[in-house]
Amino acid sequence: MSASIDTPAAAGRPAAAVPGKRPRGRLSENLLGWLLATPFVAVLAVFLLLPIALIFVVSFWETSAYSYGPAFILDNYGYLLTSSVTLSVYVKTLMFTALTWAITLLIGFTVAWFLAFHVRSLGVQISLFLLCTIPFWTSNIIRMISWIPFLGRNGIANSVLLDLGVIDAPLEWLLFSDFAVILAFVHLYTLFMIVPIFNTMMRIDRSLIEAARDAGASGFQVLRHVVLPLTLPGIMIGSIFVVTLVMGDFITVRFMSGGQSASVGRTIANEIALLQYPAASANAVILLVTVLLMVGVLMRFVDIRKEL
Amino acid sequence: MKRNTLSNAVSESLSPAPDTLDTHGNRRRTLLKGAAAATVATGTITGAPMIWAQNIKDVTLRQFGTGVSNLNDVAAKVKEDLGFTLEMTALDSDSVAQRAATQPNSFDIADIEYWICKKVWPAGNLQAMDTSRIDQYDNIVGIFRNGKLNPDSEIAQGTAPHSVGFVDGSDGTEFVDEESGWMTLIPTIYNADTLGIRPDLIGRPIESWAELLNPEFKGKASILDISSIGIMDAAMVAEASGIITYGDKGNMTREEIDTTINMLIEAKRAGQFRAFWKSFDESVNLMASGEVVIQSMWSPAITAVKAKGIECVYQPLKEGYRSWGGGLGLSKNLSGLELDAAYEYINWYLSGWVGGYLMRQGYYSAVPTTSKEFMSADEWGYWFEGKAAEGDIVSPTGQTIASTGDVRDGGAFEERMGRVACWNAVMDENQYMVRKWNEFIAA
Repeated sequence: MSASIDTPAAAGRPAAAVPGKRPRGRLSENLLGWLLATPFVAVLAVFLLLPIALIFVVSFWETSAYSYGPAFILDNYGYLLTSSVTLSVYVKTLMFTALTWAITLLIGFTVAWFLAFHVRSLGVQISLFLLCTIPFWTSNIIRMISWIPFLGRNGIANSVLLDLGVIDAPLEWLLFSDFAVILAFVHLYTLFMIVPIFNTMMRIDRSLIEAARDAGASGFQVLRHVVLPLTLPGIMIGSIFVVTLVMGDFITVRFMSGGQSASVGRTIANEIALLQYPAASANAVILLVTVLLMVGVLMRFVDIRKEL
Repeated sequence: MKRNTLSNAVSESLSPAPDTLDTHGNRRRTLLKGAAAATVATGTITGAPMIWAQNIKDVTLRQFGTGVSNLNDVAAKVKEDLGFTLEMTALDSDSVAQRAATQPNSFDIADIEYWICKKVWPAGNLQAMDTSRIDQYDNIVGIFRNGKLNPDSEIAQGTAPHSVGFVDGSDGTEFVDEESGWMTLIPTIYNADTLGIRPDLIGRPIESWAELLNPEFKGKASILDISSIGIMDAAMVAEASGIITYGDKGNMTREEIDTTINMLIEAKRAGQFRAFWKSFDESVNLMASGEVVIQSMWSPAITAVKAKGIECVYQPLKEGYRSWGGGLGLSKNLSGLELDAAYEYINWYLSGWVGGYLMRQGYYSAVPTTSKEFMSADEWGYWFEGKAAEGDIVSPTGQTIASTGDVRDGGAFEERMGRVACWNAVMDENQYMVRKWNEFIAA
């Protein structure tokens, strides 16, 4: 029944409308809503839903030695779900995701906290915020690759440490290691945490904090019981960004691990490169399901639609 | 748009032509032969067939391939000599195979390797070439025709170029063993690959592929992460280490693949590898920065490291070389004037200028005799004959690669190409190999 759709416009409507005219008015308003949504729905259908549906279909196709073609076989999934490679690759990818998420959250929350509550002047706040975005004016790849000469065996980091006498031999694990991968991820994606958290923090009514203080709350208590719950939607949005970006990444892992570590994205990229489209599709479907589940779990913590 | 102007060009070109084409298009061929002969005589190329020059200017040929031979200098020279436009796109080997197999409309000329040819030819996106329209066909090195460098050479393992070089007709799909007159790819360049080393950081002679996994170089070795080529390098290492003797390194059985990959996984777990590289510049950076002292490498990467003033040797090894070759294939979509332009381009390609250019970078050209005309005696001596340089050897891009007295790593053409142990290949168990390779990368 169309009348049950709870659009904000309908909810805000006075209850005492003329009974006879109400359904017609609502109907056309609904119609208008659908019409307004149509272009967006069409774009999503053609450029999002259709490709995903195709990937799903291709994931059941068969691959022969040098070509692939339509079929309905479960081999692609069969191999994927029983292979030890899949398990180790997912464990690795989830490890990258969890660590990157925790570190970006810590840094992002701290930076946003500082910007929102410690910087008093709006001008300084905005300029400091813009400062955070400056690295993002260059390409993602450049920012990542610039770490390589810095962290290398004969790189700046090792030379400085050697000169200072902190170490006797170059640290090998700085580059082409999991450390390097996570460092690059944190560098690349922290801003995606800062922005939404800063945004929600700025909208917190300052009188709530004053009230908490008046009621005798310590700084930590204010953080724990006032700011954190009210910032949760921002944290969740930031988390969704970081989690989906890291789960789907292939290039950062390849460059920063020197090709030594695998991630789900890299496996898919390899399969595509080797024309194993059905296998790549099956892999992509499983990854999509995994990421959707993760986002679903995140959404359980907070009703973003209500909070926004 | 493009098709329109082309069909106009075609009709224009056909109607006013004074002499008509016979069924095999022989008018053009004799004309080209004359032009080519004139060219050789004068030593310069002056835009071969004049009658066609006007119409052919409108043609644009889209070529794609690996970075090694997709050079902007070549496109510029084509414009200058032949008048038409050649658009170049450089991709990595995997993407090249992918595009040749799946996007037939995105290219006119595919610059692919022979093992890629084996993989993508069955997809039916390429057309075979009539060798009677190739002026220099008789002078193409034997490797690409009957598989033998010299009459008594032994044919190496792997996807030897001649084995996928011919089909039985212009749209034939089965490879044939003899020189059928229909060539899949016109060979352009090839080379013999081996390990690159940093002699200054190693400090002792390296003679065997087995050294790649020598614990002495723990954390300082690298192998390329393009499975189809990496597995061959690994096979050279495994055989040199005495772990296994292959029936055919280019077409391993599942057991052979398992043994090879297990060897790699063991080495990886022991921390032997510093990194794996996928692109040319990655290999250069790994070597130049000293992250790696011994690794799979390609010849121009050695040159690039040397150009930075860093010692680097393309080490000849006693087990022989892993070799590769590339060629130009024509898209099935080519016909009419475009197809003629493509033949013209291929004849021009083999006529020497490109060959000289590539040979001065350290590759070999399919027709060395024509390339010789575009090289100085000293360059020819250094690059092809393995003689000591009599002066500075300068690359086509102006870098000094060798100076007086230097000798090319590995020596003369015959010595290098005569010691090929296997060709880059694609195996029947390709999919299994790829899965095992992924296990190695994920290990």
